[in-house]
Amino acid sequence: MRRFLLASACMLATALSVPGPAFSQTLRISLRQDLDVLDPATSTTYVGRIVFAGLCDKLFDIDEKLNIVPQLATGYEWADDKTLVIHLRPGVKFQDGEALDAAAVKYTLDRYLTMQGSFRKGEISSIDHVEVVDPGTVRVVLKSPSGAFLAQLTDRSGMILPPKATEAEGKDFAAHPVCSGPFKFVERVPQDHVTLERFADYWDAKDIHFDKVVYQVFPDSSVRLANLQAGTTDLTEYIAPTDVAAVKANPKLRLVVSDALGYSGITNNLNNGVRSNTPYGTNALVRQAFDAAIDRAALVKVVFNDMNTPTVQAVSKSSPFYDTALPPPPRDLAKAKALLKQAGVSLPVKVELLTPNQPDVLQEAEVIQSMTAEAGFDVHIQAMEFASSLAASTRGEFEAYLIGWSGRVDIDGNTYQFLHTGQGNNVSHYSSPIVDKLLEEGRGTTDMAKRLAAYQQLWPVLRRDLPVTYLYSTRNIVAMSAKLQGFRPIPDGMIRLQGLEMAK
Amino acid sequence: MRGFLGTRIAQIIPTLLLVSVLVFCLQQLMPGDPALVMAGEERGDPQVLAQIRAELWLDRPLPVQYLHWMGNVLQGNLGYSWRIRQPVSQLILEKLPVTLQLGTMAFAIAVLIGVPAGIVAAVQRNRFWDYVANAIGLAGLSTPTFWLGIMLILLVSVDLGWLPPSGYVSLAEDWRQSLATTIMPAFVLGNAIAAILMRHTRSAMLTVLDQDYVRTARAKGLREFVVVLRHALRNALIPVVTLGALELGTLFSGAVLTEQVFSIPGFGKMIVDAVFNRDYPVVQGVVLVTAFLYVMLNLLADVLYVVINPRLRGA
Repeated sequence: MRRFLLASACMLATALSVPGPAFSQTLRISLRQDLDVLDPATSTTYVGRIVFAGLCDKLFDIDEKLNIVPQLATGYEWADDKTLVIHLRPGVKFQDGEALDAAAVKYTLDRYLTMQGSFRKGEISSIDHVEVVDPGTVRVVLKSPSGAFLAQLTDRSGMILPPKATEAEGKDFAAHPVCSGPFKFVERVPQDHVTLERFADYWDAKDIHFDKVVYQVFPDSSVRLANLQAGTTDLTEYIAPTDVAAVKANPKLRLVVSDALGYSGITNNLNNGVRSNTPYGTNALVRQAFDAAIDRAALVKVVFNDMNTPTVQAVSKSSPFYDTALPPPPRDLAKAKALLKQAGVSLPVKVELLTPNQPDVLQEAEVIQSMTAEAGFDVHIQAMEFASSLAASTRGEFEAYLIGWSGRVDIDGNTYQFLHTGQGNNVSHYSSPIVDKLLEEGRGTTDMAKRLAAYQQLWPVLRRDLPVTYLYSTRNIVAMSAKLQGFRPIPDGMIRLQGLEMAK
Repeated sequence: MRGFLGTRIAQIIPTLLLVSVLVFCLQQLMPGDPALVMAGEERGDPQVLAQIRAELWLDRPLPVQYLHWMGNVLQGNLGYSWRIRQPVSQLILEKLPVTLQLGTMAFAIAVLIGVPAGIVAAVQRNRFWDYVANAIGLAGLSTPTFWLGIMLILLVSVDLGWLPPSGYVSLAEDWRQSLATTIMPAFVLGNAIAAILMRHTRSAMLTVLDQDYVRTARAKGLREFVVVLRHALRNALIPVVTLGALELGTLFSGAVLTEQVFSIPGFGKMIVDAVFNRDYPVVQGVVLVTAFLYVMLNLLADVLYVVINPRLRGA
């Protein structure tokens, strides 16, 4: 009997033994979340953009230093401050064989602007109309000058679709997306994976070294790490800061940390309903005291293993708009206490801090609670499931809201919608004529010097009013097999497949 | 028997109708605006929000929304997922085999461990093997599935490299790979249920072993093996079958934590994602289907009572 059991166990083990990562031509990337729809017009998720990086090329891309570089375009010029002329790369084909030309660019931009349900409308609403000059040239005429427009074409709004296939698929386009990227769509199993296979006629085929890419969804960070350690995935687009030590200690793995585009901060309710009517919401001195009591460096060290970068600005150090003259100030408890005294408020000052109930964010809130208590604040943490916290913030049911933003290439995407009067994401209902004017100046010109000047004037006003208490800039923490070569850390966190290859 | 079955089947319709009303109303109590979640990072644009609300009928009165959904359900259309724009029925058909496979494997493991352990514990009452079975049962009950899953992944996949740490391959695609990806999660799930089955089998067997007919069987000189398995176990199984059907129903409604740890794309993972993303049509569809499975399993348990114990046929 014992022999029989042993033999059965051996047979089962042999039957189930799974070959290791023998498919060297397949790249397996793990994602932290399931994506939404695979249509650039209606997609809204960060992880969806990572899959699009393999599926769809864009008119322009960004490089490590956030410079805008050509992709489907070979170059551009501003004919005047409202007219952008884009020169297209010749010989580019869509994955269905259709040629990518100016008519396709016009079709796509018009689709993003007019399609029912398109989420790209807001991003490119400055377009007045698009003209086909010749098959290789397209002219985009804006309603008014826009310094932020070009950066929109480095993301989903710049992904060009084939008119014939898109029309043929209609509403089902997301189920069978066709683009011009290095890999074409094979299948998607929701909550599990997306498979792409190499597109043979890709214009930059020499830089593609895998036959297939599989994006697998692993929401749990320790499971993402375990898969990487076991060799069942080759790269994970994000690992938790607490897992960094395990990656560093493993000679088979490599860690790449780089500045991202996002930030985390406390959005303060200044005028959104009755909950703004508190000493914290009505008195800037109280908010300044709160700000002075936070030790950003310690916060980042304790909660994020030093993996994020302390800041008081809405952009990271990688942005050309980052003001080097405004580093995050050190914690100043004496100043915080003096400011509270100057404000004439009775202690302790009660503040309710709304947070999404993710473990790291809760830990962050607890550290802030403890730091500010020493200055005279009594912070009550109100943890809420993410969607509920979003709804509460929109309705003004908060005093302070600890929330991050994944970030955009241009500074306008990190500021205007959160700080300009009346914007939907301005849940603090902050309204400052000076800030409004500076934000409009910053987005309303393509002259870089003028833009820089406008944003430099913005920070001191924001530091005084504190509609948002910026805490740290996020970083992309990517872990991969040590054999994987050619990875480029781009601030937007998207995984470029061009140049990636597995060492023999 | 036919009348009994007819009555039970007739009861299914109002039950499912009630479930549909309940799930529809309860999810409206959930805080959070689906339009805000659907808009993702475009939520700052009021135009986008208004467009989503109009498209998803969120701007209509609740009874109108319910009747619209129910009307479609009666025609076999469970609607579209708001988040990934795929038919809910297609999503359910994709996930159902995964959940059924995982649930069946877990249940088989639970029965193979739990029932024999319960019999041994009862026969060996207050002796060494009873204590061993009880200790294992207690450990199985008190080990969190999440922890056990992570530990197994670290040991079996990361350290020993025997099985893939997570993911799922369908039986049709590659049966070996499929078993390899599901054996660990099935064990984690089955482990907890085995402990419950063991406790119930033991207690039911103890009651039965004290009965007169068992004493008579022994007095007739039957072997202990025959007395236990043929005479005692058959009667002791009735409460175990009830419990088993309930546990199987729970397994088929998705094992949220286990699916999450092992990244198995089953019902549990789908419904949790749907709740967090306020994807109401998916929540409604999955709840309705799992309620149906639950009711059917209970019906099956009732039929099994009669098969196991013919005296119930007249009841």
